[in-house]
Amino acid sequence: MPLRMELLVCGGTGCQASNSSRVLEVLREGIQEANLQEEVRVLMTGCFGFCEKGPIVKVMPDNIFYVEVDEESARKIVREHVIKGRIVEEKIYKEPETEERLPEQSSIPFYKKQIRIALRNCGKIDPENINEYIASDGYMALARVLTEMTPEEVIDAVKRSGLRGRGGGGFPTGLKWEATRKSKSDVKYIICNADEGDPGAFMDRSILEGDPHSVLEGMAIAGYAIGAQFGYIYVRAEYPLAIHRLRIAISQAREMGLLGKNILGTNFSFDVEIKIGAGAFICGEETALINSIEGGRGEPTVKPPYPAQVGLWKKPTNINNVETFANVPPIILNGAEWFSSIGTEKSKGTKVFALAGKVNNVGLVEVPMGITLREIIYDLGGGIKGGKKFKAVQTGGPSGGCIPAEHLDTPIDYDTLNALGSMMGSGGMIVMDEDDCMVNIAKFYLEFSCDESCGRCTACRVGNKRMLEILNKITEGKGEMEDLEMLKELAETVKDSSLCGLGQTSPNPVLSTMKFFYDEYLAHVKDKSCPAGVCTELLKYYIIPEKCVGCTACAKVCPVNVIHGEPRKVHVIDREGCIKCGECYRTCRFGAITRK
Amino acid sequence: MVNVTINDIKLQVPEGTTILQAAKMVNINIPTLCHLDLHDIKMVNRTASCRVCLVEIEGRRNLAPACATECFEGMVIKTNTKRAIRARRTMVELLLSDHPTDCLVCEKNGNCDLQKLAADLGIRKIRFEGEKSTYTKDGSSGALYRNPDKCIMCRRCETMCNEVQTCGIYSAVDRGFETVVAPAFNLPMIDTQCTFCGQCVSVCPTAALTEVSYVAKVWEALHDPDKFVIAQTAPAIRVALGEEFGLEPGTIVTGKMVAALRRLGFRKVFDTDFAADVTIVEEAKEFIERLKGKGRLPILTSCCPSWVKFIEHQFPELLDIPSTCKSPHMMFGAIAKTYFAEKFNIPPEKIVVVSVMPCIAKKYEIQRKEFEENGIKNVDYVITTREFAKMIREAGIDFTKLPNEDFDDPLGESTGASVIFGVTGGVIEAALRTAYEWITGETLEKVEFHGVRGLEDGLKEATVKIKDMELKIGVAHGLGNARRLLEDIRDGKRFYHAIEIMACPGGCIDGGGQPYHHGNLDIVRARLNAIYEEDRNKPIRKSHENPAVIAMYKEYMGEIGGEKAHKLLHTHYTPRERI
Amino acid sequence: MIKSIEELKQIRDKYKDVLQNREAEENKIRILVGMATCGIAAGARDTINAIVDEVHKENINNAVVVQTGCMGFCYAEPTVEVRFPGKSPVLYGKVDAERGREIVRRHVKNGEVISEWVLKG
Repeated sequence: MPLRMELLVCGGTGCQASNSSRVLEVLREGIQEANLQEEVRVLMTGCFGFCEKGPIVKVMPDNIFYVEVDEESARKIVREHVIKGRIVEEKIYKEPETEERLPEQSSIPFYKKQIRIALRNCGKIDPENINEYIASDGYMALARVLTEMTPEEVIDAVKRSGLRGRGGGGFPTGLKWEATRKSKSDVKYIICNADEGDPGAFMDRSILEGDPHSVLEGMAIAGYAIGAQFGYIYVRAEYPLAIHRLRIAISQAREMGLLGKNILGTNFSFDVEIKIGAGAFICGEETALINSIEGGRGEPTVKPPYPAQVGLWKKPTNINNVETFANVPPIILNGAEWFSSIGTEKSKGTKVFALAGKVNNVGLVEVPMGITLREIIYDLGGGIKGGKKFKAVQTGGPSGGCIPAEHLDTPIDYDTLNALGSMMGSGGMIVMDEDDCMVNIAKFYLEFSCDESCGRCTACRVGNKRMLEILNKITEGKGEMEDLEMLKELAETVKDSSLCGLGQTSPNPVLSTMKFFYDEYLAHVKDKSCPAGVCTELLKYYIIPEKCVGCTACAKVCPVNVIHGEPRKVHVIDREGCIKCGECYRTCRFGAITRK
Repeated sequence: MVNVTINDIKLQVPEGTTILQAAKMVNINIPTLCHLDLHDIKMVNRTASCRVCLVEIEGRRNLAPACATECFEGMVIKTNTKRAIRARRTMVELLLSDHPTDCLVCEKNGNCDLQKLAADLGIRKIRFEGEKSTYTKDGSSGALYRNPDKCIMCRRCETMCNEVQTCGIYSAVDRGFETVVAPAFNLPMIDTQCTFCGQCVSVCPTAALTEVSYVAKVWEALHDPDKFVIAQTAPAIRVALGEEFGLEPGTIVTGKMVAALRRLGFRKVFDTDFAADVTIVEEAKEFIERLKGKGRLPILTSCCPSWVKFIEHQFPELLDIPSTCKSPHMMFGAIAKTYFAEKFNIPPEKIVVVSVMPCIAKKYEIQRKEFEENGIKNVDYVITTREFAKMIREAGIDFTKLPNEDFDDPLGESTGASVIFGVTGGVIEAALRTAYEWITGETLEKVEFHGVRGLEDGLKEATVKIKDMELKIGVAHGLGNARRLLEDIRDGKRFYHAIEIMACPGGCIDGGGQPYHHGNLDIVRARLNAIYEEDRNKPIRKSHENPAVIAMYKEYMGEIGGEKAHKLLHTHYTPRERI
Repeated sequence: MIKSIEELKQIRDKYKDVLQNREAEENKIRILVGMATCGIAAGARDTINAIVDEVHKENINNAVVVQTGCMGFCYAEPTVEVRFPGKSPVLYGKVDAERGREIVRRHVKNGEVISEWVLKG
């Protein structure tokens, strides 16, 4: 019996968290009951990216994209769609403005401007089946490289493509490969950096979960190019599903002879081992990662020498991140020119971003370099949640900067983001609205950097801590004008003096918010107020006499009894004793309590 | 060679030269803190963690650490720009903001690299305030004292312990502001495989690592009319103590040292060298027995308690090869509380033996259970050269003006052979002087064995011809070198008849209890020369000719290597766990 | 074990049509089979499976077979609609498995409308 229909269920960690595994079971059960298992297949794919609306179920070839599928609707999809060919309308994505149902994935605004290269197979193939990867031209790039190209030609192709490291630094990948190739040594290594640690970022995880072979293939091509026979994938233990799928992928590739000795009958041999990290953020820094693989403490060492010269076990080592490797096979197959035709002058191709924060469509998007922040946030992201006002977008993970509204139309690439005091990083993108206090945001990110600092160098270990203490002082209303000067000076010095990338960038959130939102700092320091109403210590609660009906509810909940007034008369808060717990604010049903 | 420009001065430097080294060539001193280059013992601490030596390099986005950045062709370096100076000062201020500022009462007051740096940079105010790290202090070993509050994360101790001594006790633990250097699982030091060599103390720039001090206890004993407090001094003290009082390194101050001890109130001032001579006769006897086939070869010297603890942890399968001789100061303690006590009719329980040692491990050694006779410890207290100097200063003794005085009899008599115990190669040379004469029955005319001397090689080999025998001698100093040697012996890759091992690079002259050399190993070399000078100045240069030793055996101990000698002067070893 | 690039290509081609179905390309021929209760009762399931099978057999890469709901021609079930991109759809009635195969061979593959079975178009 030929297969006539497939139901692709998103198996990314996000959708699994909203129970997509159960959805998959229910679909299978229903199909079994209808005795259609021979004609209709249910399979789990990698991440579709549209996490906001997960779990996703896509029906092919009908090309119907179901969102927010739960057990109940899964049963209905079997009953109506699979058996009777009737689309289950209520599970079709509804465009919030026009209220139009959009059944096709490509017509949903979230996907409209996306170009999927690194994510090309995510949501399309079964990541646990190597045949499906091969069927989508998988390992063809490796085959071409091994049979038709010299290592130099491979490096040249990657150089011409303009591919830059997707892990943060944006160093040209071809140059990195070339440097490692030129280092003389009998043994060299390839390392895939899958230690994705930015809060909220999951680009690399999605690729590993959705298309692990693309990474293996990219690594093998790199191995051929630089002359390495062995590769490590350094992945954090917090990514169990990615590790599981990688393990399957590696064993399938070995079975097929696509990893191991004499790949495809050539004299090129390459194998890969997974190294599981404990999830320290700093291990994403390449020298720290190498120390960690070697069994040492995960902390960076001084560069130069670069890993390309002295890397793992003191051998020349090429380290790229997951997304970078995933881009390599398409570059080889479609040509450097195809790749470099996408993007901006100095940043080619696409970039995967993890869109998060106060935006309607949270999820993973792959967009061409040069797209504007506005397009990502408003067209793909569907604008700000609850119709609030956009305030800033923070890119590049905890050490990126906050970009204000006036720069929303900047076409983004490595260089424009740097110029704005932020960075590409690994592709985190967190949107903030009018309810976010930028001083508090800076504090939040700095706290992360403080916690994740390896503690090796003075600048980062003590400098960041002192900055954090100043920020605490400011958000508690104890800040003075000289604290602001001190904060800025310290931030600049830490940036200038730290040993590794973490310390050199950790002050970015502070510096960029001080640059673009200085008025908020001033409000905290001079007026002792938090304009966004976030910093508890600075809040002042008032009762608006016109709105107060004297219901006494606020007085009753006040734990310190500082709200006075007779029933049915306007109440007053005695701010002397107020502990700013906000209980009255939450209790008042008449909107009569305000805080500033 | 590469061409570089530093502060507008052009110069050529060999490839691989760091900015710090290049600057030094043109007399530009870039301040450093974590950096330490002990290239004589092949230890370079290049962690670049303190960020004090930051300089500006043209075309580089951020500042570069001079200590760990190598010069490249056409490099243009500026060491004193506003930006570099600001960063440098900020780094020191940040360090101070997380450092107990109790300099006045700090162990290292006047000897602290951080204190000196702050003074050099003219820091008068710590602009940053905030939380200070506090950790548990650890003196559990009775030897080494850890106060991590004062750790500045320079990691010198770690480099020393891991790379030179290969003991791997320390590593950085935790993250962020809480990061500190600590033993595995933050165990008390007594429960680790630390040998208490104290080399970490020698290189610690602050008072994060020091010795457990017994100065107060010693004062207490000295002031106790019921106690008979006697002192013994190790050979390495007399060539280093002068440094504490501004004398040139290598000045021999034996006479003043004795005078100082008397003025401090010690009833008798004896010399560990006497016991070193005893050690040699006992060990030479044991060696000859083993050469005759009674016991295993090679014989390993056992004077160094740090090295003894090392072999117990690391090579428990080799515990039958070290000599069973106690270390000299432990022999001294046993002799003082038996032979001396009887001879002078002093109840042994009233005798307090204080060892003045260049060593921290000896503070640990005296606590070992096997070093007791009838519940009386062989040695009561060990103080280091540094602690001894502190006592002298505290007592208001003007050391340099002291007259030269002689040790007391009978345990003050010694030979040149015992003096050289203080330096690498010395113990084996002393043993050879005696073994030669005992084996051949002839007089040894040329007493100096230059093949086993010197600081430069961590592993030395020599072949000594005694009659028709060719004795293969091995010498290792520094525990990393000892490890290499022992591995080869264990694996049967090398053979020696006799081996000397000292835990500290250079031997006791560079012990963990010696005056701080602050990275200047020329000081250690001067001490070495002084030791050999002291040897040359001695009328008797062979241990078995020490008349006081001969008298002791005759009057009390009986036969060399005999039953009594074994009871009092020998010991045994215990296999210990590795963690 | 794949020993050569040719073997790799063979595997690719073997599994290629599985993925064909997952390509949502606009310019494909769509073959819609009415699969409402009436259609199923009239044997639409056999029809659709036969059509899918025939598309495979004939190696047709530019067509997808999709089921649909009731098209309102209950008297003529099973119904099948063939849509060429940019052309008006052709609706066939009373399409059993055999007719389905023939529609694939003649209409889908060769563009020949089988007018005697056409309901509408």
